[in-house]
Amino acid sequence: MTDAALATGQSRGVRVAVRGLRKSYDGVPVLKGIDFEVEPGEVFVIMGPSGSGKTVLLKHIIGLETPDAGEILIEGHPLTEPGVMDRYRMAMVFQSGALLNSLTVAENVGLYLTEHRLKKPAEIQRIVQEKLELLGLRGIGDRYPSELSGGMRKRVAIARALVIEPQLILYDEPTSELDPLSAVVIGHEILNLKRRIGVTSLVITHDRDLAFGVADRLAMMYEGQLRAIGTPEAIRRSDDPIIRRFLSAEFQPTDHSDAP
Amino acid sequence: MFRDLGQMLVLLGRTVRALPYTFRQLEKIYQQLFEIGNASLLMVCVLSVFIGGVTTLHTGTELTARGLSSVIGGLVGIAICKELAPTLVSILIAGRIGSAMTAEIGSMQVYQEIDALRTMNINPVHYLVLPRLVAILIALPVLVIFSILVGWIGGAVVAHYNQRIGLSFQAFFLNLRQVVDVTDVLGGLFKSAVFAVVIGTVACHQGFATVGGPRGIGRSVTKAVVNCIVFILILDYFLTRLWLYVET
Repeated sequence: MTDAALATGQSRGVRVAVRGLRKSYDGVPVLKGIDFEVEPGEVFVIMGPSGSGKTVLLKHIIGLETPDAGEILIEGHPLTEPGVMDRYRMAMVFQSGALLNSLTVAENVGLYLTEHRLKKPAEIQRIVQEKLELLGLRGIGDRYPSELSGGMRKRVAIARALVIEPQLILYDEPTSELDPLSAVVIGHEILNLKRRIGVTSLVITHDRDLAFGVADRLAMMYEGQLRAIGTPEAIRRSDDPIIRRFLSAEFQPTDHSDAP
Repeated sequence: MFRDLGQMLVLLGRTVRALPYTFRQLEKIYQQLFEIGNASLLMVCVLSVFIGGVTTLHTGTELTARGLSSVIGGLVGIAICKELAPTLVSILIAGRIGSAMTAEIGSMQVYQEIDALRTMNINPVHYLVLPRLVAILIALPVLVIFSILVGWIGGAVVAHYNQRIGLSFQAFFLNLRQVVDVTDVLGGLFKSAVFAVVIGTVACHQGFATVGGPRGIGRSVTKAVVNCIVFILILDYFLTRLWLYVET
């Protein structure tokens, strides 16, 4: 990606298609035939309650799991086709951040470039600083992940993903365990990246505010199936009782006057 | 059990295939060498002094009582270099270094760090297993040489100062030099090299096989150390048979 392309916000995302994806663990079906497409440069959010199979789906798209049936196409090429994983750059931001605890923040962010020997050490250092600054993390390069807050760890994980110059970023519960302010920052970063580098983003979350805030299109996943796919407005207007229940669920304080 | 064995052989095969990339991992190999050497040198020294000492106590008192004190040096020397140093130092390293390898890789597995490596197209075998296996393959035989020398000295000291033995240093080492030759030491080093591969492979495999949280890591560490010790003791017999066959 050139600086000019970055400046013009030229789209360089990839098209992702998931066709008839099925997966079972020990005979228990987790994905029951998933079909959807994500357009280049789109922010596609898959929302759903915990345990609905969202993370398993994401792991299939990045190639960490092998499906029992179905396929994943990147720009029309099956993920299993030799060379596809090398041809298209993909990155994943894990729910926990998954930073390497034995490395400093700077080493974590530069790991991809260092291990693949893509740049000289001075150049790697410059890129790492640039990415950290982009995410508002100036001056923490020498710290270890254990010294960071949850929000900072998530942003470092995004910086690490950006170093790959990805055409597809997968976010797994990017706002879980974060306070509302940090969650807003992460949401802004997802939108900023879309605007700046035109990356295709696939976000898995059960955070309704984030989902409706960043999504171009939304899908609702429930018990291994997609109940609906559409724009945020269309999902909001859905008559599906499960979607309605998920979207309208709110904490209702009960009377505990008889409690000790 | 057999599935684990198969998976370990596959992991070893992948690591052997990755050997041409060793030069890319030199920094990590140096780090691991420092970890193994730094963590183990003092322990190996203490262990070896007492191995030499207790072997001399057992054999020396009996042999001296039968007027055979002149052969103590050879007997202790050969026992240490062919059997005791390679086996006991390997067991020590399995407990000290093998457990650390399993805990580190197991923790990375549990906390998705290995998945993160895969998403960056970084091969975990190249990044994690290769440097550890190469480092332990270099470090363990070096520690065994050190252990042999310290063990001999420990044996000689006990032979000299124990009142029931009272053998001079000269007499101990004269007999040792007459009995022990280079092939005996090489036999011990050959064993230790095989044990190093066993420790590295078992420990790394068990790390990758870790599931669950901290309790899973604990289970994996225990299993790795126990498996290493069992494999070392079983292989010790067959390697001794093999070396005796080669020697003759």
